[in-house]
Amino acid sequence: MTKTALLCAAALLLGSAPALAADGPTDPQIAHIAYTAGNIDVVAAKQALARSHNRAVRSFAQQMVRDHQAVNEKALALVKKLHVAPEDNATSQGLSKAASAELAKLARLKGAAFDREYVANEVAFHKTVNGALESTLIPSAKNGELKSLLETGLTLFREHQMHAEQVAKALK
Amino acid sequence: MRLRLALIAASGAALLLLPPPAAAAAHTYTVVIDKMKFGPVPAGLRKGDSIVWVNRDFLRHTATAADRSFDVDLPAGAKATTVIGRSGAIPFVCRFHPGMRGVLQVK
Repeated sequence: MTKTALLCAAALLLGSAPALAADGPTDPQIAHIAYTAGNIDVVAAKQALARSHNRAVRSFAQQMVRDHQAVNEKALALVKKLHVAPEDNATSQGLSKAASAELAKLARLKGAAFDREYVANEVAFHKTVNGALESTLIPSAKNGELKSLLETGLTLFREHQMHAEQVAKALK
Repeated sequence: MRLRLALIAASGAALLLLPPPAAAAAHTYTVVIDKMKFGPVPAGLRKGDSIVWVNRDFLRHTATAADRSFDVDLPAGAKATTVIGRSGAIPFVCRFHPGMRGVLQVK
């Protein structure tokens, strides 16, 4: 993800942009943002599994696929149960746009350069999403089950951030 | 009479062969995993007791002893049993999420 794109996405996630209502995102918007962020990470991990030969990077990417797919399946089951239709919004669109730019950037890299960029972006992405969960998405969530899923997600994604930071350190 | 005495003596000997009651009954305890956390671990664990690890989370976890005396894979919704093979403090983690941890205290 380019720095500017990530900063824009971060601004959207943190609610400093006028994209979301003044009183924060609604549950259908939160569900959409959470699902989009998870999906972005699964796609990035699959790209890493197709391109990287580094054992630590591959192991991290496998975990991203496993965990984020599990969270997204759980999120889909929850919105179905609650009869909530996830609602597209400027934050989700900003995240997707930034993710596409990052995928394209990574597609041009190979070997150690790819590994370093993928993992550095994973650190930044998890930091951004975790910050947004903590400051905006969890406090704004109205439904208890959605809030609980986001809280479990935050605990999980903090683990991912730490894991990514460890891999990044080892790659230096 | 002599036969009866012999029987009593024999049953007495059989009783003596049984281990003392405290060591006889190995217990089975449950540790529940949910929402990225290991639930409370049982107190009074003894060597030979069993732990049933129950993963109620929607995520795959493991219960892995730091000394690798056990390492069970726990897909979402799965359960698996570990027999405690030694006494002392046994720290354990989830290999996938090392922030999830606990310690078994075994007498």
